[in-house]
Amino acid sequence: MIRVYTSSVVDASADTVWSRIRDFNGLPQWHPGIADSRIENGEASDRVGCIRHFHTRDGGMIRERLLALSDYDYSCVYEILESPMGVENYVATLKLTPVTDGARCFAEWSAEFDCAESRERELVETIGQGVFQGGFDALKRHFGRR
Amino acid sequence: MLQHVVRSTVIDAPIDRVWAVLRDFNSHDRWHDVVAESRIEGDERSDQVGCVRSFALKDGNRIREQLLTLSDREYKSTYCIVEATVALQRYVATVTLKPVTDGDRTFWHWESTFATPPGQERELREMVARDVYEAGFENLRRYLRDGGDRRSASGAPLPTALPMASRQAVVRHYGSPDVLQPGDGEAAAPAAGEVRIRQRAIGVNYLDVYLRKGWIPAMLPLPGVPGMEAAGTVIDVGAGVSGVLPGDRVAYLGPRPGAYCSVRTVPAAWVVRLPAAVEDDVAAATLLKGITADYLLRDLGRVGPGTRLLVHAAAGGVGLLVSSWARRLGATVIGTVSSEAKARVARDHGCEFPIVAPDHRFAETVQSRFGGADVVIDGIGDAAREENFTALARRGHWISLGQASGALQPLSADRLVEKSITFSRPVVFDYTASPADLVARAGRVWQALADGTLKAPPIERHALGAADEAHRRLESRRTIGALVLIA
Repeated sequence: MIRVYTSSVVDASADTVWSRIRDFNGLPQWHPGIADSRIENGEASDRVGCIRHFHTRDGGMIRERLLALSDYDYSCVYEILESPMGVENYVATLKLTPVTDGARCFAEWSAEFDCAESRERELVETIGQGVFQGGFDALKRHFGRR
Repeated sequence: MLQHVVRSTVIDAPIDRVWAVLRDFNSHDRWHDVVAESRIEGDERSDQVGCVRSFALKDGNRIREQLLTLSDREYKSTYCIVEATVALQRYVATVTLKPVTDGDRTFWHWESTFATPPGQERELREMVARDVYEAGFENLRRYLRDGGDRRSASGAPLPTALPMASRQAVVRHYGSPDVLQPGDGEAAAPAAGEVRIRQRAIGVNYLDVYLRKGWIPAMLPLPGVPGMEAAGTVIDVGAGVSGVLPGDRVAYLGPRPGAYCSVRTVPAAWVVRLPAAVEDDVAAATLLKGITADYLLRDLGRVGPGTRLLVHAAAGGVGLLVSSWARRLGATVIGTVSSEAKARVARDHGCEFPIVAPDHRFAETVQSRFGGADVVIDGIGDAAREENFTALARRGHWISLGQASGALQPLSADRLVEKSITFSRPVVFDYTASPADLVARAGRVWQALADGTLKAPPIERHALGAADEAHRRLESRRTIGALVLIA
C-alpha cells in the first residue's frame, strides 16, 4: 500500500475554504486540473455514495464515489472507481483543520492505493504534487497568499 | 459540563525539530515562560509513558501531570493532571503535530477537556487557552528562533547529549554472509564538528562485501560494522557545525565503515543535505554510486560524444547509473550482464549494447562490432583480466573499480605498452575528500536525478536485521539495481 500525504496552509478560515471545496461536484470550479464534472444518476452531490464523473484537462476520465462527508470535521473521503492512472484500492481524504491564531486553516490531502512497483515514484509525484499540491496552490492563489 | 479548549498554530520549523522539544515531557521549563521549574518524579525518563512531571508555575501554583500517550509516529502526546493547586479537574490534554509539506513547516494542535468548579468555567477556559496554549506557541517560536533547542541555558549538556541506542549489523569474524549478525551498539553524542543521524536507509556496496570477507582488515578491524553511506534525519549536532540543523534530511558518505546501524554519529564534513524530492532510500541507493558515476565519467574516463564505453555489471547499482549518464553525454554504451533479464533493464537505463556474458567472454564482440573500447569500467576483477586486455582499443583506459570475481593479479607495465593502455585503480573517497567536492558531486547527482539525466536504479530493500540476506543476494549476481537496508 502506497501512501501520499500533502499538506498546506490556506489564508482563509476553514469555513470559507470548506464552502469552496465541499461540493463533490465542484472540482472544475476550484481545481485547475479538472475540466468538467457531473454526478451520475442526477443525485445530490452531498449524498454519501454518489458518484462524480469528470474529465481532467488532459482528457482522462475518472469516476469517484463519495464515501464520507463531514461538515463537522471539514472532511471528505472518496474512492476511485475508474481512472486511467493505474491505481487500485485508491481511497483519498481531503480535510481542513482551523488554525486558531489567525484566519487561516491547515489543509491535508492524503491517499492510499496499490500500484505496480515500477510506477510508485511517478504516481506519488503526480498525485502528491500534481493533483493535491496543485489544488492547494489554486486555493492559496484564490484566497490570497500572505 | 466538560470544558473544551482548542488552539492551533503553524510554526516555521520542520516537524522533527519541533517534536524533538515537545516530545520531552520535561522540557517545558526551558521554553514555556509560565513554568518556573520542572522535574520528572522517581528515576524515570521524560519520554517514558506513565512518568509524572512535577512543576511550579511562576505564579506559585504547583501541578503534577502524568504522560499517558507518546507517539513518535503520530507526533502526539497526551497527558493529564494528577494533582494541582489550580481548579482544573479531570484535565486531559493532547498535543499533535502535523507536517506542512508545502514549505517544511509544522502545524501544532493543542486541545484539552476539563471540568471546573461552578462559576469558574470562563476564567479557567481563558487561562488555559491564553496563558498556557497561545503563550506557549509564542514562547516555543522564540525558543526555536533563538536556537534554545541547540544549547542549554546552564551550559550543562542537553538531555539529548547522551549516547543513544543503535541497532547494528556486526561482523565478529570475517567470512560468508552468515557472519553479519544483529547487535546492539551506541551512537555517541556528537562532538565538535560531528552530526548524529537517525538513519532510515543504508546503501549496500560491493566494498562492504570485501570488508566482511576480511580483504581489507585495516579498514574493518573486528568486531566491526560495515557500510559507507546512509540517509536519514539529523538528531543533533556538535559545536561548530554549520550548514545542517536538527531535523534536516541528510545523506552521508565517508571513508570509515560503520553505516549498518540505526543511529550514527559522523563528521559533518561527510554530510550533505537532501533535496525534498529525493527519498531516503533513493539517496542511499544513489549517493556513493552516483558520485562514483560522476567521477568515472567526468574526471577519469573523460567520457563524451563518441566515447566507446564498456561497463561491466551494467545492470548493477553503479552500472545502471554509469550507463544512463554516459548515454546522455553522447557515449556509445556497451555493457556486460549475466542474463537476458538484466540486459533488458540495462537497455532501459541507457546501455545501448548489452552483451549477455555470464562467463565473462565479451572481448571478441567488443572488438568486432566497435573496434575496441576506449574506456572500460571493470568491477569483475581477475576473471575478466585477459578479456579486458583484448577488448581495449589503442590508448584505451582500463578503470579497475572492483574485483567481484577475485583479486586482480598484478599487471606488468609491459602489457600496458602493447596498446598504450592506461590503468586506474580509483576509490570514491579520494574524489570526495573535501566537503566542497562532496557537495558539488552530490549536487550534480541530485540535479541529474531531478532533470531525468540520471534514471534512479531499481531498489531492492532489506531490513537492517537481514543484512546477511542482502549480502547473499548481492553476491549471488541475481540482483538488479541497488540494494538498500532499511533501519
